[in-house]
Amino acid sequence: MFGKLSLDSIPFHEPIIMVTAAAIGIIGALVVGLITYYRKWGYLWTEWVTSIDHKKIGVMYFLVALVMLIRGFADAIMMRTQQAIAAGGSEGFLPPHHYDQIFTAHGVIMIFFVAMPMVIGLMNLVVPLQIGARDVAFPFMNNLSFWLFAVGMILVNVSLVVGEFAKTGWLAYAPLSELQYSPDVGVDYWIWALQLSGIGTTLTGINFFVTILKMRTKGMTLFRMPIFTWTALCTNVLIILSFPILTVTVALLTLDRYLGMHFFTNDMGGSQMMYVNLIWAWGHPEVYILILPAFGVFSEVIATFTKKRLFGYKTMVWATAAITVLSFIVWLHHFFTMGAGANVNAFFGIMTMIIAIPTGVKIFNWLFTMYRGRIQFTTPVLWTIGFIITFTLGGMTGVMLAVPGANFVLHNSLFVIAHFHNVIIGGVVFGMMAGLTYWFPKAFGFTLSEKWGKRSFWCWLIGFYVAFMPLYALSFFGAMRRMQSYEQTEWQPLMIVAWVGAVIIAMGIACIVIQIVVSIRDREKNRDLTGDPWDGRTLEWAAASPPAKYNFAYLPSVESIDPFWEMKQQPGGFKRELATEFEDIHMPKNTAEGPILSLFALFFGFALIWHIWWLVGLGAIGMFVTFMFRIFNDDTDYHVSAAEVEQTEREYHKRLEMQA
Amino acid sequence: MDPTGEVGQGLKSLIITSFGLMLIVVIPVIVMTILFAWKYRGTNLAAKYTPNWEHSNIIEIFVWAIPCVIIFFLAILTWQTSHSYDPHKPIASEEETMTIDAISLDWKWLFVYPDEGIATINEVAIPVDTPVHFRVTSGTVMNSFMIPTLGSQIYAMAGMNNDVYLEGNEIGNFRGRSTHYSGEGFSEMLFDTHVTSDEDFRAWVNKVKQSPKSMRFPEDYNQIAKPSIANPVEYFSQVSPDFYGDLIKSYKAGHGGTDSHGEHNEARESSMPMSAQAAE
Repeated sequence: MFGKLSLDSIPFHEPIIMVTAAAIGIIGALVVGLITYYRKWGYLWTEWVTSIDHKKIGVMYFLVALVMLIRGFADAIMMRTQQAIAAGGSEGFLPPHHYDQIFTAHGVIMIFFVAMPMVIGLMNLVVPLQIGARDVAFPFMNNLSFWLFAVGMILVNVSLVVGEFAKTGWLAYAPLSELQYSPDVGVDYWIWALQLSGIGTTLTGINFFVTILKMRTKGMTLFRMPIFTWTALCTNVLIILSFPILTVTVALLTLDRYLGMHFFTNDMGGSQMMYVNLIWAWGHPEVYILILPAFGVFSEVIATFTKKRLFGYKTMVWATAAITVLSFIVWLHHFFTMGAGANVNAFFGIMTMIIAIPTGVKIFNWLFTMYRGRIQFTTPVLWTIGFIITFTLGGMTGVMLAVPGANFVLHNSLFVIAHFHNVIIGGVVFGMMAGLTYWFPKAFGFTLSEKWGKRSFWCWLIGFYVAFMPLYALSFFGAMRRMQSYEQTEWQPLMIVAWVGAVIIAMGIACIVIQIVVSIRDREKNRDLTGDPWDGRTLEWAAASPPAKYNFAYLPSVESIDPFWEMKQQPGGFKRELATEFEDIHMPKNTAEGPILSLFALFFGFALIWHIWWLVGLGAIGMFVTFMFRIFNDDTDYHVSAAEVEQTEREYHKRLEMQA
Repeated sequence: MDPTGEVGQGLKSLIITSFGLMLIVVIPVIVMTILFAWKYRGTNLAAKYTPNWEHSNIIEIFVWAIPCVIIFFLAILTWQTSHSYDPHKPIASEEETMTIDAISLDWKWLFVYPDEGIATINEVAIPVDTPVHFRVTSGTVMNSFMIPTLGSQIYAMAGMNNDVYLEGNEIGNFRGRSTHYSGEGFSEMLFDTHVTSDEDFRAWVNKVKQSPKSMRFPEDYNQIAKPSIANPVEYFSQVSPDFYGDLIKSYKAGHGGTDSHGEHNEARESSMPMSAQAAE
């Protein structure tokens, strides 16, 4: 009846897991209780769960990302604690069985369920506004993407309590991830969490690619698009081209595990080298999927807060495009030590270094944007300056790793760990935090606390250096990644320093939480009534904060790169005048099919993990029926009446006048 | 890092050279960041302010050229060192190169000396200043064979031969390990590497030959291949003649499959059914 699932699947004997589960249970019950008490279920369902509004979907992505950041960080602090203890014969407090799950979960969560939703959330919130559109090209698909992503996230979290997670490392290299070596359900959780959320990501890629190409407002040629939209376009190209590789690779592994096939097994002609090549043919573009939008955020932030045009807009665009293309021909640098010949290694090493050229150019362009500007040291600017310095160092260690000879001794060592945290924390996290602070008022209508934002920045910056510089040093003494314990007691002092760094980062995360709480408390003081709190340059600042559901009552027309800035430079300045005539606005309707289909997908995935075949069937049929229902549902759109638009706009202008 | 082998020393200087080359651009960037941020702070109204300045051909040329030049030199360095430190390339030496087979198992290393007819677990001895050709494969999942102070690492993969040439130039005992995560016992998948004088090496070989235990393929191998963590050092005399080759072949014919990797068979070790050179 329940396949492999039984009460024994729940690790009652693991106190760490049980306490965590109890805490999650209590918090969950509290949230459910509060929602019920305040009778907010209906509101949640109609305004959020079924919403097709790109702004709300963006907010939901970011909210999930922040919660998962805490989950992923809990794994991180446990790893650092373990390594600070487990020296010279000590086993620490985590046995290999648990430690191996933790580093796997940390990698999977931070990449797939923190970094990705932050990037996608920000694209959702910002891109349609920047291009002067009212929604994305496929609003239903956008909702479905989010919920499929949420299903993956839920499966990863279920694995904490029911069964176990993979003990294979975040990319589940075959043959370790094959049934012979990982017979437990851990890898199956990994498979279905990635497969379902990955489909959501692919759909997002298609959606935003079409949105950016087809839904730009009047006059916005490609070379007038804001730079963040450009990086979003390149990221979506990368998603469309690379995520199908992940889907197929994981599907082949699935066939091996479920149907006894031999794509990646040791014997019967399976090729583990094929697995490693395929997973990195996706995996390397993936890191650029994450970093390009962060580059876009920094470009927007630096131009806005230096009160100056972005230096070298065209160069920025071409550098981004060059990185997009090059990111597909460097994947082999993740396994120079697999034994390919010198020519192959040298080619991929040099290709990798060539990426440093456009990236370096971008760094210089940000610097020359600051040059002769009037820099306001707001929180987003601090993140940007912290990024420029930290990312430059991370880029340098990346190029060192790209020299195959150097890689033969640095590969698999803590040097690699230090390097990619250097670029992911210093690049993606800093970028997303800058983006969060920068666009938060656009989404919610009030600004975030600068005081707590700056505290968070300093904790993250200092914490990063204290946590990861010791790892660079340790790698030169032979410390490898993924060690549950080590013999060398002389490594221990630096491991303890790294632990201190992790604690400082924890304070940085706490500051973010406090920042959000304090800002909500003080929201009346920090209202953004004009829609333009930073004296911005691009179209999103021309809309109200938060924007009306249709974004723009009239679609703006654009004549330059910084259209909103230009409008404000007109003689007499920019005035938000109320139009005299309004027209009906065609909008998509909310949809219940996205969350319902995803709920069946959750049953489907969970049942496959535990071999509960009847539930697999139920999930599959449910998904199919819901999908058919959607296809034959013609009632998917409506018109916001001119009267309603007029009323919304009048209210907005009344608020503006009151402020004036 | 304190390399005790020729390869290791060469790679250390390679790391330092590439580090130095990149500092040429990294240091100015960091200095400029701090300088610009300070000088053009919003409160410094004395600084020049050009809100519409967005392009300069001279700066554009400069920001493209400098990274290009540095990467150009790094690329040359990369091309040369990829060849000179190719793990598959024999080390030039007056001494004859010695062959040792390193086989990763769950979670221990099996070393076979095909010329001496001996085998060991978790201990390997090599004569000083003698190039050693490690033939590396796996009897389990992917691992990576590395003796950090000697130099390069290389992946160990079942059914495939890989190789790395190393030389110990200082007498001593150095830890070697799997660097590629391979499961529960990975952290303790360590072995001792004794770099010894020629006499001590002969004495060591003789000591191993005294062992009554044999290492025949497949019967003894199947016993030792069972998972164990922190396996103590073990010695075996009497090793089957082509132990290494038999192990690799077992992943092809032994499991009833046909040879579906025919196209890879022409790789450099013609005696081996498959080499890790497939990417070439």
